[in-house]
Amino acid sequence: MTGDALLVVDDLHAFYGRAHILHGVSLSVAAGEVVALMGRNGAGKSTTLRAIMGLVEDRRGRITFAGQDISRLSPHRIARLGLGYVPEDRRIFAGLTVLENLEVGRRPPRPDAPAWTVERLFDLFPNLAEMRNRPGGRMSGGEQQMLTIARTLMGNPRLILLDEPSEGLAPRIVEMMADAIATVKREGLAVLLCEQSLPFAGLVADRAVVIALGSVRHTGWMGDLMADEGARQAYLAV
Amino acid sequence: MSFLLAQFLSGLAQASSLFLVASGLSIIFGVTRIVNFAHGSFYMIGAYAACWVALTVDSAAGFWGGIAAGALAAGILGAVMERGLLRRLYRSPELFQLLATFGVVLVVQDAVLALWGPEDLLGPRAPGLTGRVRLWGQPVPLYDLFLMVLGPVVFAGLWLLFHKTRWGVLVRAATEDREMTAALGVNQSHLFTAVLFLGCLLAGLGGALQIPRGSVNLHMDMAMVVEAFVVVVVGGLGSVGGAFLAALLIGQLQAFGILIFPEITLVLVFLVMAVVLVLRPYGLLGRPPVEARGGEAGPVLRPAPPWAGWMAAGGVAALACAPLVAGDYALLVLTETLILVLFAASLHLLMGPGGMVSFGHAAWFGLGAYAAALVFRHLGLGLAVGLPAAPLLAAAGALVAGWFCVRLSGVYLAMLTLAFAQILWSVAFQWTAVTGGDNGILGVWPGGPFAARWAYYELTLALVVAGVVALRRVVFAPFGWTLRAGRDSPLRAEALGIDVRRHQWMAFTAAGAFAGLAGGLDAFAKGSVFPTHLDISTSVDGLVMVLLGGVQTLAGPLVGAVVFHGLETEMLRHVPYWRAVLGGIIIVLVLAFPQGIVGALSHRFGRSRDS
Repeated sequence: MTGDALLVVDDLHAFYGRAHILHGVSLSVAAGEVVALMGRNGAGKSTTLRAIMGLVEDRRGRITFAGQDISRLSPHRIARLGLGYVPEDRRIFAGLTVLENLEVGRRPPRPDAPAWTVERLFDLFPNLAEMRNRPGGRMSGGEQQMLTIARTLMGNPRLILLDEPSEGLAPRIVEMMADAIATVKREGLAVLLCEQSLPFAGLVADRAVVIALGSVRHTGWMGDLMADEGARQAYLAV
Repeated sequence: MSFLLAQFLSGLAQASSLFLVASGLSIIFGVTRIVNFAHGSFYMIGAYAACWVALTVDSAAGFWGGIAAGALAAGILGAVMERGLLRRLYRSPELFQLLATFGVVLVVQDAVLALWGPEDLLGPRAPGLTGRVRLWGQPVPLYDLFLMVLGPVVFAGLWLLFHKTRWGVLVRAATEDREMTAALGVNQSHLFTAVLFLGCLLAGLGGALQIPRGSVNLHMDMAMVVEAFVVVVVGGLGSVGGAFLAALLIGQLQAFGILIFPEITLVLVFLVMAVVLVLRPYGLLGRPPVEARGGEAGPVLRPAPPWAGWMAAGGVAALACAPLVAGDYALLVLTETLILVLFAASLHLLMGPGGMVSFGHAAWFGLGAYAAALVFRHLGLGLAVGLPAAPLLAAAGALVAGWFCVRLSGVYLAMLTLAFAQILWSVAFQWTAVTGGDNGILGVWPGGPFAARWAYYELTLALVVAGVVALRRVVFAPFGWTLRAGRDSPLRAEALGIDVRRHQWMAFTAAGAFAGLAGGLDAFAKGSVFPTHLDISTSVDGLVMVLLGGVQTLAGPLVGAVVFHGLETEMLRHVPYWRAVLGGIIIVLVLAFPQGIVGALSHRFGRSRDS
């Protein structure tokens, strides 16, 4: 699988100050594939995504994206190669309108990735279309979650790192998120998704990577993990 | 009535140039989080460059070309400062950038002196705008009207730039959340250079436009940077609209203050700032700052190993023996250095463990010095009463000011401390009957058993060592742990039942008391007290000493005080352009030791011990 993988993470370590958070995480995502990175609170899911994106200062290990070594690049260079990042806490620019938030994310289209426009994103998230000029700070949590994904898609990425898209949202919005992920996957986008909710991951992911205490404990097809009561108990049950 | 109108219009013209400078400062802070102390220097560069071009090319083209040249020169130099200096410091503690820009202030002062000489320059008047028009019976200079129109025009232009261009939207995004902006593929380093260019361009434009209104001189940098800070803080950091409002307010205050309260003109602006900050802690239009992402706690402060204690004891013993070999002059220098060590150590308690940056620590140093001198002059009592009075009065002052200051944080807190210091300075400067005003209070000698230079030196040594040891104990006592907990995660500390503000207030008062003791010692060491004890340059000296040594170490401020005093007073006064040399040294030190001198040493040592 690593042969034609889009993103390969090999022996990734990450530190916050003296705290050693990731102990050699390895995983890969193929083009067009949705991989769920699962694990309990504090397992290191978000840190893995942040380290891939170059947002953890102290990181070691090899990360390649589309054949290029990105382990030492700065975040904006990584983003420009076609790696999108949707943070867990959304981080909408509160003083900017919906359209302005999207403008910040805009990058030129690339031949090997689906090209998004503001209008196409409004088709994907119709709620946003009705509030083009509303400041991000005056949107509901669900609307902000849609905007943060749309903002990242404006960069026309080949792969997005999606951190807990279902967290804290109403069931109706969670369904919309699952639909949106299915849609972008159909467009050919790869997704690496952090998720605690097994039902949600089961809905959207092809494969699962389970981490605990900063290292990978299990890798396999999502369907197999759903079916494997023992593995679920061992890795995910609270 | 028409007279008031003329005054009002003059206030508006003043507000325009204030707004230009302050909006640049605000934009720079908003995006880069850098407190650009050198902003006044770019204002001065703009004024000098414009004046020089206008005087060299004596025509209308020369005047307006000079305005453009002044603004461009400031903008380009601002971009150069970002590329060459600030860029290397974005990962350093915020205050290091402040220190670096302070180095730039010194270098620019001497560069301007070298280029254009010490004499004030008088620029030409604006061609075509030299006349006056009569408005409601009052003559109003046409140039003032021009400025009045220009302010809102620039404001509108900035609004369009920030709301109608992609660049402006990116700048606003970066102002809110730099990390997220980078993760979306925006190259911040280009953005930052451009922002420094724009901000300094505005400062230079403000300076260039001043040339028909007054002389161009070497003091205009500090005068302007303090005013611009006031405007930015009153308006709300990072808010251009707030800067516009605040500039109008301050401009009118200056125009009318002189009519209504001539005797407290100097205080008025700072009183208004203090009132605004107490009522609206983030300024008129400011928003609470977003907590720094992934903000890490400061490095853990640990007691030095025992051998360091023995070395310190040996050092003190050696210092105690100094009178055996040193002459009177050397003893005076040592006395002054020791006093600065205590001053720096007291500021360190505030900045390091307390996490509160003060731009006005001179307030307590000066209050202590004045306490000693006033007891001496008005009560006729000597050192026995004057010296104990110093920390007491300083602590009382800090107790009052601290109650207000600890309600704020970050730059706002720093500016409120500056406001208190400036208020005290104004009182000392303008209340001539009691304080002697600018002439100060002279003849404050220790007398009695401490009349001899060596005896006073030993007294100073004893008190400074006692003070430093006491401060160290405070840091490592449960009080100090609590203080650090409150600094690193105020919410968690509150959740544990700690009253963070109360602890900060106590630390503020204690720091004031120790600074006051240093001030009292200084009064008797020099035999005189002047308003300069209270002024901003004394506060800045303290900041430089603490930052130079390293905020996160206990020995840092001590080393910083020794190095700084050694450099400034004893070596560089004999060197031409000592300011530029000192500024250059500060810049080099900041670049070489982004953690401070002692911070760098202990870091290196700590690393080797770990491996």
